[in-house]
Amino acid sequence: MPGEMDEIVAEFLVESYESLDRLDRDLLALERDPHARDVLASIFRTMHTIKGTCGFLGFVKLERIAHAAESLLAGLRDGSMSITPQTAGVLLATGDVLRLILRQIEASGTDGEDDHDALVDELGRLREAPPDPAAPPAAASQPASRPPRMRHGRGAGIRTAVTDTTVRVDVSLLDRLMTLVGELVLARNHLVEMASDRADPALTSATQSVDRITAELQEGVMKTRLQPIRTAWGTFPRVARDLAVALDKRVRIETDGDDTELDRSIIEAIKDPLTHIVRNAVDHGIEGPEVRVAAGKPDEGVVLVRAYHEGGQVTIEVADDGAGIDLDAVRAKAVETASMTPEEADRMSEREAIDLLFLPGFSTADHVTEVSGRGVGMDVVRTNIERIGGSIDISSRRGEGTTFKIRIPLTLAIIPVLIATSGEERFAIPQANLLEVVGVVPGSIETLHEVPVYRLRDRLLPVVSLAHELDLERDEEAPAGRFLAVLQADDRRFGLLVDGLSDPSEIVVKPLGPQLHGLEVYAGATILGNGRVGLILDVVGLAARAGVISDVHERLLDVERPAEASRNARALLVFADAAGSRMAVPLDLVDRLEGFPRAAVERSGPDEAVPYGDRILPLLSLQDLLVERRRAPRRGGEEMAADLQVLVHRRGDDLVGLVVGQIIDIVEQPLELEAASRPGVSGTMFVQGRITEILDLPGLLETHEERLRLDVAASAGAAS
Amino acid sequence: MKRLATFTVDGRFLGVDVTSVREVLRPQEMTRVPLAPPRVAGLINLRGEIVTAIDLRVALGRRQLGKSDRPMNVVVTTEHGSVSVLVDAVGDVLEVDEDAFERPPSTLRGSARDLILGAYKLDGGLLLELDLDAAIGTTSPSGIDAEVEDR
Repeated sequence: MPGEMDEIVAEFLVESYESLDRLDRDLLALERDPHARDVLASIFRTMHTIKGTCGFLGFVKLERIAHAAESLLAGLRDGSMSITPQTAGVLLATGDVLRLILRQIEASGTDGEDDHDALVDELGRLREAPPDPAAPPAAASQPASRPPRMRHGRGAGIRTAVTDTTVRVDVSLLDRLMTLVGELVLARNHLVEMASDRADPALTSATQSVDRITAELQEGVMKTRLQPIRTAWGTFPRVARDLAVALDKRVRIETDGDDTELDRSIIEAIKDPLTHIVRNAVDHGIEGPEVRVAAGKPDEGVVLVRAYHEGGQVTIEVADDGAGIDLDAVRAKAVETASMTPEEADRMSEREAIDLLFLPGFSTADHVTEVSGRGVGMDVVRTNIERIGGSIDISSRRGEGTTFKIRIPLTLAIIPVLIATSGEERFAIPQANLLEVVGVVPGSIETLHEVPVYRLRDRLLPVVSLAHELDLERDEEAPAGRFLAVLQADDRRFGLLVDGLSDPSEIVVKPLGPQLHGLEVYAGATILGNGRVGLILDVVGLAARAGVISDVHERLLDVERPAEASRNARALLVFADAAGSRMAVPLDLVDRLEGFPRAAVERSGPDEAVPYGDRILPLLSLQDLLVERRRAPRRGGEEMAADLQVLVHRRGDDLVGLVVGQIIDIVEQPLELEAASRPGVSGTMFVQGRITEILDLPGLLETHEERLRLDVAASAGAAS
Repeated sequence: MKRLATFTVDGRFLGVDVTSVREVLRPQEMTRVPLAPPRVAGLINLRGEIVTAIDLRVALGRRQLGKSDRPMNVVVTTEHGSVSVLVDAVGDVLEVDEDAFERPPSTLRGSARDLILGAYKLDGGLLLELDLDAAIGTTSPSGIDAEVEDR
């Protein structure tokens, strides 16, 4: 008997949660159109049902609130009062309190100690004294011509039809079915492999049948796990409304493709990123009403959320008709934070500038509005979407709005992988992360500042050894890896050194136990074709563990756009530092090249300077700026009798002289930087066939700014 | 009366509540998990289910299982799914008298203290009742971290 009761309560909870979601939607619709009697009827019905059921189940506190709300709704329904934003707000808040109590019932079986007197009083007060009719909007009256009962009857009819053809199934059963289908896929793979070896026509034909039926079954079971995306964005109108009220904006959420279906695990995974994007759109995208009217737009902003199928994937768009992304602000921010020169920032295409928004810690919040402070940036949104095999893209037009486009796979449970071997151990690598596979010969892996790299079409690829990263036991005699799997994770690209790689196969992802949850290098486990358990590598986690550096420039100046690359060809000044290492700096950062006799150098304390025209040029030794790692012989005087080689760099109105070892050449080629190896260097690349470090001149000077400021301010003052 | 499934680990006679034991398996092929905490011996394929195997010796503060060891699997059900506990040998299911139970002596130190609920005084010796949740590391994640650092 208690078991039966529990079941009734559980059903009540499920239905009530659904009803409250509908209540939210209906209230927002009613606020928009106060005369939609069918909507009002639906709200009334919802509240009435909740009241009735919880009375029956003995949840008196819940019943009391529902009763108060129902009375208020009755007043709205009989026309003695009309809905105002205030009433709507209180009714929405009622929905929230009801949800809270439901959760309490779920957790403890009782509806709690709190009587929620304040809410009940408020509902009663609104019922007794309808708010001032002058209060906005909803004042303009219109005869209620639609018969209120008609929709009711039809609605009930549809409900019966739906319950006739659907059943409620426990999610854990669906998960179990999915698991079984996964195993069937593995068994099928095994069978197909065996049949192809035997060349037995009967076996082949039977295998083909199994193959076909498995594929159909897989598709069917996947479909049972699909949920309409509505469940992920059902709360958005409410989120947007509350945020808009807080920001004094007028915002409407429109949705399209609510019935687009996705695997429930994916729906769960995208809910938070999507919510973040929608909040962003309301917060940063949509302007205030005055600004909008001044720009010739309606005072109410629209955020359109839509989903549709496209080529085996689902695309979700969040488009606002707001101000668009202020690219100048983004560029300014890039100069400030991403160690980019103003020249570089100016040269960035729109695409590249927008891409910056995905960098960790890169926020436009401080120059638009400041409601955010939620601690999640677009980088987290992007990581979460990429974790489920999706991608995200932003397009924006100044003054017209911003569109986020997210593409995600339909399902997660079965994924294509390659099996990598290292010694005796086998690991699965998701194919979604794999760009290509290259065979490597001994000696083709070089080191750059103790970091192994591989030249892939003249680009330097950081190399991560699987055996080394995972502490695998290896036969010392064995050759150190024969294949490089070129992997991409977030904005990191690296080569994973393994002994062998199999052809792609489909595997079923299974989660790891709680004892292993702290291991970021694994995405899960699977049963391999030979029946053993195999671990699935998490490429993002592996890159993070190996410390693969993600570099702004690497992504901005991606080599995969050759047309742009040649347009981006830049003049580089190549030189050697005092220790003889090859370095280069974009020529446009160099105002002039000068040679000064050593005798001309004047010292004041630790600082050095030379007279330069009618000013004083402060000198900085590159060697002193790059104090890291290498200890080079300081220029001593006697053996370096030649003139000082100086790059004159302009910072605003000021000039700085950078003392280098020797000027080598000026070359013209696109900047295709590999990850930076040390501070003060933006990256490395091949120049004239040799590895050359590209100096981050503005960044270097930044660190010496304090010291510079004094000297330079004085000399600039003297000059003007 | 209480029924305990018994087994031995490194010379100790241990038991767990028989209702938590799902099945007992002969030595299984195991996939090692590189970088895992030492008490995780590996993963086994239990008819399509992936089950984490726990090296009880490490949990009890003894030396790790060697490569040549062929431990038995006692598969137990926890709230986080099934876990296999690796033991040297499996014994009988014993009915024990609650009166013969004693809390561990205060002199018992180290990780064993957190893992042993107490002892039953049997005729042939002491039967130690194992705290399963503590042994498989679901209740003390901090303990697992400490093991990693020790390594």
